[in-house]
Amino acid sequence: MSNELIEQITKSDYKYGFVTNIEQEYAPKGLNEDTVRFISEKKNEPAYMLEFRLKAFRFWQQMKHPEWQKVNFPEIDLQDIYYYAAPKIKSKPKSLEEIDPEIRDTYNKLGIPLEEQKLLAGIAVDAVMDSISVATTFKDKLAEVGIIFCSISEAIQEYPQLIKQYLGSVVPYTDNYYAALNSAVFSDGSFVYIPKGVGCPMELSTYFRINAAQTGQFERTLIIADEGSYVSYLEGCTAPMRDENQLHAAVVELYAHKNAEIKYSTVQNWYPGDKEGKGGIYNFVTKRGLCAGDNSKISWTQVETGSAITWKYPSCVLKGNNSIGEFYSVALTNNYQQADTGTKMIHLGENTRSRIVSKGISAGHSDNSYRGLVKVARKATGARNYTQCDSLLIGDTCGAHTFPYIEVENQTAVVEHEATTSKISDDAIFYLNQRGISTEDAVGMIVNGYAREVIMQLPMEFAVEAQKLLAISLEGSVG
Amino acid sequence: MSLLKINNLKANINGTEILHGINLEVNKGEIHAIMGPNGSGKSTLASVLAGKKEFEVTEGSVLFRNQNVLELEPDERSKMGIFLAFQYPVEIPGVSNMNFLRTALNEHKKYRGEEIIEPGTFLKLVREKANLVKMDPKFLSRAVNEGFSGGEKKRNEILQMAVLEPTLAILDETDSGLDIDALRIVAEGVNTLRNSENAFIVITHYQRLLNYIVPDFVHVLHNGKIIKSGTKDLALELEEKGYDWIIN
Ligand SMILES: Nc1ncnc2c1ncn2[C@@H]1O[C@H](COP(=O)(O)OP(=O)(O)OP(=O)(O)O)[C@@H](O)[C@H]1O
Ligand SMILES: [Mg+2]
Repeated sequence: MSNELIEQITKSDYKYGFVTNIEQEYAPKGLNEDTVRFISEKKNEPAYMLEFRLKAFRFWQQMKHPEWQKVNFPEIDLQDIYYYAAPKIKSKPKSLEEIDPEIRDTYNKLGIPLEEQKLLAGIAVDAVMDSISVATTFKDKLAEVGIIFCSISEAIQEYPQLIKQYLGSVVPYTDNYYAALNSAVFSDGSFVYIPKGVGCPMELSTYFRINAAQTGQFERTLIIADEGSYVSYLEGCTAPMRDENQLHAAVVELYAHKNAEIKYSTVQNWYPGDKEGKGGIYNFVTKRGLCAGDNSKISWTQVETGSAITWKYPSCVLKGNNSIGEFYSVALTNNYQQADTGTKMIHLGENTRSRIVSKGISAGHSDNSYRGLVKVARKATGARNYTQCDSLLIGDTCGAHTFPYIEVENQTAVVEHEATTSKISDDAIFYLNQRGISTEDAVGMIVNGYAREVIMQLPMEFAVEAQKLLAISLEGSVG
Repeated sequence: MSLLKINNLKANINGTEILHGINLEVNKGEIHAIMGPNGSGKSTLASVLAGKKEFEVTEGSVLFRNQNVLELEPDERSKMGIFLAFQYPVEIPGVSNMNFLRTALNEHKKYRGEEIIEPGTFLKLVREKANLVKMDPKFLSRAVNEGFSGGEKKRNEILQMAVLEPTLAILDETDSGLDIDALRIVAEGVNTLRNSENAFIVITHYQRLLNYIVPDFVHVLHNGKIIKSGTKDLALELEEKGYDWIIN
């Protein structure tokens, strides 16, 4: 591809980079046991929660930062971060009308109005700014069918039994460095419980927004689908443009009982840093789903265009017999962004099936790695996996890598892996140009075509959003 | 009235000159056939007219509707009315033919200051045009050219032409790889679209196509130059005698 062409795609602007001026309340900078206690106290947590946090914190203190990842960043000074920043709210708003106009305005600018009547029909939203949940819509309507959709802080107060039973059951605090850190200092996030036999009547969604400077966002999401239930959950995220890097280390746990299905979709658009690679979010997230019961299904779909560094592996543990895990991913990196992402499919039960479709897109000076593990345990007779892993390169200063790991302990397993690497060809762009389509639109079109299989997995409104995002994220990278 | 005027056009690729000074004038309502041995520069000429960046124009001019188009981007030339039916159409995986065609048509409409076409209206239009080239509507929902047979790709080019209704259409060996029925259908498509305001440049190796699309002029391109021009009888003569008698 010509240099001029490449120049053009790699220059675009992040349109969510504004800062909201609201009063924030902070924990003292830095991390020690007192920080953990401060957070727990601020949130008025019951003793069991403080204990959970402290255990995690003490464990974390013994841990070393991992080094196997294919992303580079200077050591993060964890003492130089605020672990708790919350928009100052005199008392928690009882209704959506009581929300601070500045906050409401922020979400409006992001295209997420918090007034229920204005919301896209059929989507309930939990809006999280910095460390706390600022609004949850359609709560009452969901409660009618027994669905619990609230902030995790609220769940800790109101549903201690569920929290005690499930929090950390899929991702224990011992799991990894950032999961341990999250378990110690997590601030807020969403909680969902779908009772037996209930199909959730609307899409549930959380919108994460980092606003405060020098703050880490450690959110915690827990979704439980009881027997025979179904839920589709969406997650979106943005952050202001700032010169410093900000850490986002979330933990998401999904728990599917017998015959239950959870569909989890992410459109991740954290601030990616500027064209020279300055600033941006470090997105180090642990996401895992447990197909605990027979015939359960968990499906992850992610479209990742943001963050300076994306480092995560939404995974499925297929414990129930005949359970199904799916992972559909588009990871786009441009300029100096780095991504090391993929999935783990752990087959434990009989006749478990998994499907992985990963589409990497790299442009500019970015580096994009797929890392995936397919593990078939000894007892997982009849397990099947299909993996398709494609990379698309734009220009020749970017990198794409694939690290598939396959561990099979049962001879009946069928594991298939296909991989391709391609470039956007000048001929394809010229072909579209010749029909009157500008180069920028042509690249958007080609990239969306390439990512189609994944985009199609998203709910309609999100699919449209994701398509636009892919095109915008590449603006300026081909000329 | 002159639609296209090519004057002493020279073009390089990777430093090698391929077109050594082409002169050609095409008026509205005319059909020109360009013939010539493999590698003589026919596709290169078509690409240069359409604005492919790999080729560097070193001399000469191209006026289209009295405007110098060499300065324009390929998409602008398209919107001005230049259409190229490719010798080797490109596959665009994951992009539906329908979406692609509608986007293209809307770009043309925007350029002309017209209102963009609604999906419903477009569907009707594109079905009609598909019928013109006897193309099964199921091809509309498939990805652009992906897995199309050679002949299907060529027919898809003509469908695009029918939708965009260009002022100047350059068909680069659209007849190659077509079966006899398809050849006739494509030719009928061209003849239906033909009017006193537009023009066609038909690049071909075979006289047969010219039985269906009757040219006003036939040119022989050799080694990057037009070495002979004549009427449709020239094509018949070439069919019989080959190129040697002109070249030597
Ligand atoms: N990218 C390129 N690099 C080097 N030479 C090229 C390139 N593209 C075309 N050429 C050369 O230019 C000459 C003209 O090619 P062109 O494709 O225009 O021929 P043509 O007349 O269309 O032939 P055919 O009848 O086989 O389609 C050929 O010798 C070809 O090898
Ligand atoms: Mg040719």
